[in-house]
Amino acid sequence: MALTREAIAEKLAAVGYIADRDLATALWLMDLLKRPLLLEGEAGVGKTEVAKALAALHGAELIRLQCYEGLDQNAALYEWNYQRQLLAIKAREGEDPEVIEEHIFAEEYLLERPLLAAIRRLEPPVLLIDEVDRADEEFEAFLLELLSDFQVSIPELGTITATAIPRVVLTSNGTRELSDALRRRCLYHYVDFPDVDREARIILARQPDIDTALALQVANMVAAIRKEDLRKVPGVAETLDWAATLVGLGIHDIRREPEAVHDTLICVLKTHEDRAQVTREVSDRLLGKVA
Amino acid sequence: MIASAGAPARPAEPQGALGADLRRRLTGFVHTLRDNGYSVGLAETGDALAVLASPAGRQISALKPALRGLFSATRSDWRRFDEIFDAYWSRRGVHRFQSAPAANAGRALDRRRASMQPPPAGPSGLPDHTRRGDGPEVESEADGRGRREGASPTAALTSADMRHIVDPDEVARAHALAARLARHMRARLVRREQARRRGRRLDFRRTIHRSISHGGTPIDLVWRRRKEKPLRLVLLLDASGSMSLYTAFFVRFLHGVVDAFHEAEAFVFHTRLVHVSPSLRDRKVARAVDRLSLLAAGIGGGTRIGECLAAFNRWHAKRVINSRTAVIIVSDGYDTGEPDALAAEMRRLRRRCRRIVWLNPLIGWKDYSPEARGMQAALPYVDLFAPAHNLESLAALEPYLARI
Repeated sequence: MALTREAIAEKLAAVGYIADRDLATALWLMDLLKRPLLLEGEAGVGKTEVAKALAALHGAELIRLQCYEGLDQNAALYEWNYQRQLLAIKAREGEDPEVIEEHIFAEEYLLERPLLAAIRRLEPPVLLIDEVDRADEEFEAFLLELLSDFQVSIPELGTITATAIPRVVLTSNGTRELSDALRRRCLYHYVDFPDVDREARIILARQPDIDTALALQVANMVAAIRKEDLRKVPGVAETLDWAATLVGLGIHDIRREPEAVHDTLICVLKTHEDRAQVTREVSDRLLGKVA
Repeated sequence: MIASAGAPARPAEPQGALGADLRRRLTGFVHTLRDNGYSVGLAETGDALAVLASPAGRQISALKPALRGLFSATRSDWRRFDEIFDAYWSRRGVHRFQSAPAANAGRALDRRRASMQPPPAGPSGLPDHTRRGDGPEVESEADGRGRREGASPTAALTSADMRHIVDPDEVARAHALAARLARHMRARLVRREQARRRGRRLDFRRTIHRSISHGGTPIDLVWRRRKEKPLRLVLLLDASGSMSLYTAFFVRFLHGVVDAFHEAEAFVFHTRLVHVSPSLRDRKVARAVDRLSLLAAGIGGGTRIGECLAAFNRWHAKRVINSRTAVIIVSDGYDTGEPDALAAEMRRLRRRCRRIVWLNPLIGWKDYSPEARGMQAALPYVDLFAPAHNLESLAALEPYLARI
């Protein structure tokens, strides 16, 4: 099923993800070249959402692997079901040890973890490897092997080859430099904060009962806040929270309610310093810019 | 380069579907990208042909983002791509991004490298010291690099003479300290675990495997515990004129560190960055120091910390730094370059390594506050900012260094 770029953009919008043209191109290219997609960008720009939208778009299952330091094969790939193995050993006590060994290291005693699950599906799923920069170098090397061959070897069982090649999306926040080899393996897309127009459309897509004018105001206001010197720049999720809050309060024009705006900015500003920095004067000044 | 053989089946670009001219243009474009620092392999070029053969190949609005995603590997690649793409394909600014035919590409790259790092010295007055020994080939290169460059080589020879550092007592003490540090800093616990005879947690898989022959009774227990990995130390020593009082001492320390640590690399910088660990690996202190004094012949001029860090990040960081690396920068922070550039390079370095220690000899002085602009720019990225101007002060730091 080869979709064109335009079809991908349309379908993404239909599942609630407003993508820019470049992202649609990247997703189209993933299918054409069968390469994984590496997404980089600030926290909160919607990198993880891309994978969710991609899964929805293809009607595929989303398999997610959250990376952390010390993540190893047992947590990422497979684990044996020890309880069942112990039971099986007890039940067959007295038999030839080699026969038992063969029996308990069979597929039915295997517990799938995300990576193994991703290559054993009949329909190609979307595999999201989230925050790959948090895992250590050993895991990155292992991942590289998996991503190039789409097969894994389990010492007790043998090699398992992918039944369907999953669509792989990797995300990174850039806390650690990724290896060149991994970068080269992947297509690259830098996800930026959406511009005002696109953010307004995102708000409208996710918060259908909001006025178009208010959505535009909120997007403008958040764009202005992002230009302030903040410790934690608000992401799209924060914008959506704030829009929902304003709708809940029954506000239709934020310029008329400066007090409510300042009070509800806790949805957007998530550290004490940022909160202290955006005083009533600052929020009024920013409101003034929102035409 | 990625072997395309191992990759899953990609759409083959039908032979002859694209004109020979277009292929040549694409090859030229790939070379241009390589000249601009992109790492583009054969696999990427093949994929680019597939993109050109697809429907997107006929619209430039689709082609540009597609090739950008394919050829970029980092954010800076991503940002610069449009400019290079436009310049190449619209034949604007061709003189700037010289569209290099295959034969020229290598030379262009060489030229670029040559401008970043000076080539090995030709006959420049001093005898080529290292070629005499049987050291590895790298040394002669590093040797030439360091000797030729520098702000004012002649003045430097007198102001930063390092030969007197071969006082045996001093050397022994510096080595003892480095060895002590190495013992304490050697291992970092990482969160990855490995099977051991004793440990914190049971390794179920191995235990069960061993219990089969006992009918499932776990008699041989296998445990898991955290793996220990050696800490890697990278030292960057500022050898500029303003540091000349301390250079001699730190070179001794450098030699001790390279000698005692399992994994250590040393660099000296002033207006240029010089990789000195190969010369320091010589166990004979006198000979090593002899070599280094030749290497550092350019030492004593102004400092360009930002540029030297940029050179380090660009050429060495990938190879010498991993996530278990502590970087120690020894400098007074008097930078003649732009503080913003220094801050940017510090940020880049910060992302690669575990810890950054900045030892500043001037902190030992009364009334000193880190006011040098360079120091101000670098401080936000530093984990430990401490004084060190002689052996005693460095020894006093030992407990802090051991904990980083």
